[in-house]
Amino acid sequence: MRIFKELIKSKLAMGSLVFLSLFYLGAIFADFLSPYSYHEDDIDYLWCPPTKVHFFDFHKRVFFKPFVYKYKFYIDQYYRRIYYEDRSKVYPVKFFVHGFKYKLLGIVETDIHLFGVSGVKLFLLGADSKGRDLFSRILYGSRVSLSIGLIGAGISFFIGILVGAISGYFGGKIDNVIMRLVEMMMMVPAFYLMLALRASFPPNLSSTQVYLLIIVILSFIGWASIARVIRGMALSLRERDYIYAAKILGVSDFKIILRHIIPHTFSYALVAIVLSIPGYILGEAALSLLGLGIQEPQASWGNLLSSALGIVNIKIFPWILTPGIFIVVSSMCFYILGESLRDILDPKKKISI
Amino acid sequence: MIRFIGKRFLVAIPLILGITFITFLFIQIAPGDFFDKLKLNPQVSKETIELYREKFNLDKPIVVQYFFWLKNIIKFDWGYSFSYNAPVIKVISSRALNTLVLSISVIVISWILVIPLAVLAVAYRNRFMDRFLSFFSYLGISTPTFFLAFLLLYLASFSNLLPLGGMRSLRFDEFTFWRKVLDILRHLIIPTLVLSFGTVASLHRILRANLLEVLGSSYILAAKARGLSRARIIYIHALKNALNPMITIFGYQFSSLLSGAALTEIICGWPGLGQVTLEAVVSQDLYLVMGTVLIAAALLILGNLGADILLALFDPRIRYQTNR
Repeated sequence: MRIFKELIKSKLAMGSLVFLSLFYLGAIFADFLSPYSYHEDDIDYLWCPPTKVHFFDFHKRVFFKPFVYKYKFYIDQYYRRIYYEDRSKVYPVKFFVHGFKYKLLGIVETDIHLFGVSGVKLFLLGADSKGRDLFSRILYGSRVSLSIGLIGAGISFFIGILVGAISGYFGGKIDNVIMRLVEMMMMVPAFYLMLALRASFPPNLSSTQVYLLIIVILSFIGWASIARVIRGMALSLRERDYIYAAKILGVSDFKIILRHIIPHTFSYALVAIVLSIPGYILGEAALSLLGLGIQEPQASWGNLLSSALGIVNIKIFPWILTPGIFIVVSSMCFYILGESLRDILDPKKKISI
Repeated sequence: MIRFIGKRFLVAIPLILGITFITFLFIQIAPGDFFDKLKLNPQVSKETIELYREKFNLDKPIVVQYFFWLKNIIKFDWGYSFSYNAPVIKVISSRALNTLVLSISVIVISWILVIPLAVLAVAYRNRFMDRFLSFFSYLGISTPTFFLAFLLLYLASFSNLLPLGGMRSLRFDEFTFWRKVLDILRHLIIPTLVLSFGTVASLHRILRANLLEVLGSSYILAAKARGLSRARIIYIHALKNALNPMITIFGYQFSSLLSGAALTEIICGWPGLGQVTLEAVVSQDLYLVMGTVLIAAALLILGNLGADILLALFDPRIRYQTNR
């Protein structure tokens, strides 16, 4: 509780906490917030630019109400579609409208969506090569990207703390073997290891399998560095008097590690978990960007960016870069939050200055 | 000193063996191999494939295959790349050089930038300048390299000043020597900027923290008491001691650059190890993958070794320990 109170005091930390909560709420309520389903394509709106939402039309006497115009296109001499607004009719943006069916939180079946337009399509952030709404796809993609960060970091910390504590507590030969293994893991350039690991599984997996595989790969790469730090902490912890006391009282090694060593590493672990989450988000994005991760039509922030791999696409359709902004902002929030947590939990910093 | 270096080399050998063995295992455990694709090619007969398999000992158990590969490596035979139809060493050597050029230019640029920036941040601690720089460093560590690469390429696409990817212009062969150098440098700008941003950001945070720690120590207080100027204290007394721990990071940077550069190379079309590894892994080109991993591991160990030597040269306390 004390941690939370101090977090609220810092404006930066509070801001990032708010942003992250919004992102995660967006992920949870993705189907409610998104006007279209992530795989709903439309041949009339290929590469349609972001729809402008207007509030005034003096000819039609519409004031202070959000509305859009229909986007029509003509084909220019390069056989490219040029979109323009057809101002002859006004399509009001409505709230709590009926749309595609989904299960809210996986339980309540409903078809109410936060906003929508009937008659035309509303693309807040533009459309992609198949005429799918980028805004909806980003929301659905955040489910994958943000959850992989949390789960991946959680798993690798579980392994890292366990291995590190065992290695540091027992010392000697066990420590030696484990630490050589850890060093080896840290030596392999992460990106190459990621590729090699991905390659050792068949390429045509279902999206759930790929999702799980990415988590496994990222945790497999991530545990080593944590184990190393925890091992260092365990090495110094095992020399404490209360550990000796526990040993003399006949507490088993397993119990000592679980009850007396690991809990002392938690405050470090909390900081390090938060700071490591962006790494998992980036890892997933990198794999999916290269086409080795989450596959179409499923969306993730990484594979949404893969259409930007062609430089021509970026130049003509710059809005396809927006998923990147979400990656940057969410990672930045995690970093700021982690550093604020470290400042709060680190007793040394309080004394000096 | 020589004993120290020799010892480090001895430690590196089992590491390299372990890394290569793991990679070998992963690639060979994977279902299918390069020949599965060759089989689909009607021009390649079944007998040829069997011949290939036998020639490269691919019909034997994985461990035996690995030892055959190792035996050849000692004889400087890196194997044959099936997808490039060329010896692996030929494919890799130029690529490794390109990656090295990129990494070195990133390291040079980022160290030139980071030292004055960190000093600036410390000199104006908690004032606007410091806050501004630390915001940028947050931005730098949170921006994925691929996204920054996209952004820079997007910006570059509006002007004709910078080439959009690749390493050489189309008419490279006709250029004079200095034009060639200039041409490569121009192609180097975008990937270097992309990679430097993140590197500078993370180095800035570390160096700033180091500087602040050193500035809090008692000998700085003594220097202040002696009436030395602020600039002299920061630049000469504090900076020197704050840079010492950074040397270890210098070696570590090599590894993160090698793997961090891969994505940037792929996006910017820089023909380095990253591109070739991605292709090799996707097409399961066994010996090419092994070659790139070996090179990457070797560069990494050399980087760490270099950092250790530098550290021993600069920090007398460490030399003392190793001599004992």
